[in-house]
Amino acid sequence: MTDTISASPVSEGTDGAAIPAGDPSADVFVRGADQDPGVVRLLAPDGTRTTDPAFDAYRRRVAHLDVAALRGLYRDMVITRRFDDEATSLQRQGELALFAQAKGQEAAQIGSGRALAAQDFVFPSYREHGVALTRGLDLPEILHLFRAQEHGGWDPADFNFHLYTLVIGSHSLHATGYAMGVQRDGLVGTGDPDKDTAVVAYFGDGATSQGDVSEALGFAAVNNAPVVFFCQNNQWAISVPTSTQSRVPIAERGPGFGVPSVRVDGNDVLASYAVTAEALERARSGGGPTLIEAITFRTGAHTTSDDPTRYRTRAEEQYWEDRDPIARLEALLRAEGGWDDAFATEVQAEADALGVRVRDFVHALAAPAAATMFDNVYATEHAVVTAERTWFTDYQASFDDADGSHR
Amino acid sequence: MTTTETSVVGVPAAAPTRLPFAKAINAGLQAALAADPKVLLMGEDIGRLGGVFRVTDGLQAEFGTTRVVDSPLAESGIVGTAIGLAMRGYRPVCEIQFDGFIFPAFDQITTQLAKMHYRSAGRVSLPVVIRVPFGGGIGAVEHHSESPEALFAHTAGLRVISPSSPADAYVMIQEAIASPDPVLFFEPKSRYWEKGDVALGSGPYGAGEVPKTSAADLTTLNRAVVVRPGTDLTLVAYGPTVATALKVAETAAAEGTSIEVVDLRTISPLDSATVVASVRRTGRCVVVHEAPAFYGVGAEVAAQVTEECFYQLEAPVQRVGGFHMPYPPAQLEHDYLPSLDRVLDAVDRALSY
Repeated sequence: MTDTISASPVSEGTDGAAIPAGDPSADVFVRGADQDPGVVRLLAPDGTRTTDPAFDAYRRRVAHLDVAALRGLYRDMVITRRFDDEATSLQRQGELALFAQAKGQEAAQIGSGRALAAQDFVFPSYREHGVALTRGLDLPEILHLFRAQEHGGWDPADFNFHLYTLVIGSHSLHATGYAMGVQRDGLVGTGDPDKDTAVVAYFGDGATSQGDVSEALGFAAVNNAPVVFFCQNNQWAISVPTSTQSRVPIAERGPGFGVPSVRVDGNDVLASYAVTAEALERARSGGGPTLIEAITFRTGAHTTSDDPTRYRTRAEEQYWEDRDPIARLEALLRAEGGWDDAFATEVQAEADALGVRVRDFVHALAAPAAATMFDNVYATEHAVVTAERTWFTDYQASFDDADGSHR
Repeated sequence: MTTTETSVVGVPAAAPTRLPFAKAINAGLQAALAADPKVLLMGEDIGRLGGVFRVTDGLQAEFGTTRVVDSPLAESGIVGTAIGLAMRGYRPVCEIQFDGFIFPAFDQITTQLAKMHYRSAGRVSLPVVIRVPFGGGIGAVEHHSESPEALFAHTAGLRVISPSSPADAYVMIQEAIASPDPVLFFEPKSRYWEKGDVALGSGPYGAGEVPKTSAADLTTLNRAVVVRPGTDLTLVAYGPTVATALKVAETAAAEGTSIEVVDLRTISPLDSATVVASVRRTGRCVVVHEAPAFYGVGAEVAAQVTEECFYQLEAPVQRVGGFHMPYPPAQLEHDYLPSLDRVLDAVDRALSY
């Protein structure tokens, strides 16, 4: 990778020139992809509002977001990041088995999540903590999974937010099938904003290489399913750059399936909100699926098991830190009179309180009783599970003394 | 079966109707579709064509294209979208066109479908049925004659069943659809054209209503059945080999040997109680299936019988199955499949102790 940071038009990767697959030094996506003029951006990295008339339609979709709403988005992003930092610390302290950070991707997640309606249904991947927040999930609940105490942790029906899916891309098909069910329920194109329903699948750049994602795009297109595929292209799939997954921008995959696609600056919360609102409206009104490529960057590691210094440069990290989504919105708030010390203090206090609550929550999570591992293998009784549970319970009891105590 | 004929489903028939195996499944699917608007069929060529074996013949004409869905040719996509539909409250019945085509969906079946109830701590149930025409003996080209049932039986969270007769097929497909758990439904394709008596109007959807029965009532999902009583040896089979086993028993009877034939019907769970009760009486056991014997269902049966019938066994449990190889070219399948003679040979071995 060169040390020079410059805007690189994506066409460099599509001209047929010999770019060795997987060679980061020839990467055209890692940095500068957000500079493609086709990428929807309503807030420049310095927090000023853009003026390109090409994006006026998107601008109208955020025109109703007043100072209070912008403060809400800011608060959501700060809370998400604080959760991220606390959970990462807890993993370092040995309290969590693993943690997958969303850090750096808050604008893509909060912007898209806040565009959703209550009846919409979300299929997340495994770092959609910001989206979880927008769905009303109490963030500490996510840590059941990362403490390896449960595989899930919440009831998807309570939040219209499915469990995290760790096998990348699989849930893009679940989202498509769910959307096909919404169609059969007659909840598309009724014109009633409280009824018309859309489904969103979140996945990353790496997942787009999975066959399931291609199948999902195909099934969604031929069924005209009300589903939005929200790809957070965070530049790195563990240690490999996006160019290892695709020789064209990910958004270019959609049109081949007949799925309208859009690239958005994923570090711009307003643009993320606007493109998602447009895609959701298309889905709910019967216009079918959309693929959104949100160009962003995970400033943290892939997970706490990862070491990004082995594959990316400090210069690249700095490039993206200069485009931090939270700082960008703060700059806007300051410029438009939405910022004061009281607000800053209030958000900080809320974040601090969450931090305490996350720590207390995790420390209080007890290991489940051993025999509970036999629960819910099936919804109905299965003779093998029943027999094995009985054996195991008896086996455990055989270690008890006559007085019931354990040796 | 014509639409006119299937329309009698829901009214208990006075006398059994004689139907080919494939038509019996069709009638069971028709009953479920008619009774429950949440039941959907999905698969490749199942609509206008009625499936390559015509199992879904006429159903799209009767129930429409949103309930009998011709899907894109992508098995992972079929099962993956079925999972989403089930989460939305539907009961999808997927057809995998041939056994050898199931593997593109293997990840969705074993990683997602099988585990969802467990990983959601019981909050999400996926009542998805996956119909798989399986087994050989029809002279097909490669990937069209396989028996992959053990791979799924080894996966917790799935039920794996296989009917051996039209009567069972009619009820078992309905019980599979009524099951709150995902079911792999293995249809012995070599038997599709065999006729048998079917009690139309029986089964969970036979009365034309969404069943209120609990899973415990779904007998064929849990219980094996003794299809021929005997005293000298227990012959365990399922799906396509039940017919073989019955012929073996008949042949052996002519030679003075009384064989009891147990049709497992369900591979997961395994109704070992029925098998064990039989072997405790007969003292000898032979297991037969088309799938390779190595690590097969027969190995599990043999292990359980050995554990539970050690003092009653007069001989080691004998297994008869396919060999440890890819399914051979069909010109050789006669020698690969467990034939009447090979099963009789195993019976003789068991009796020689």
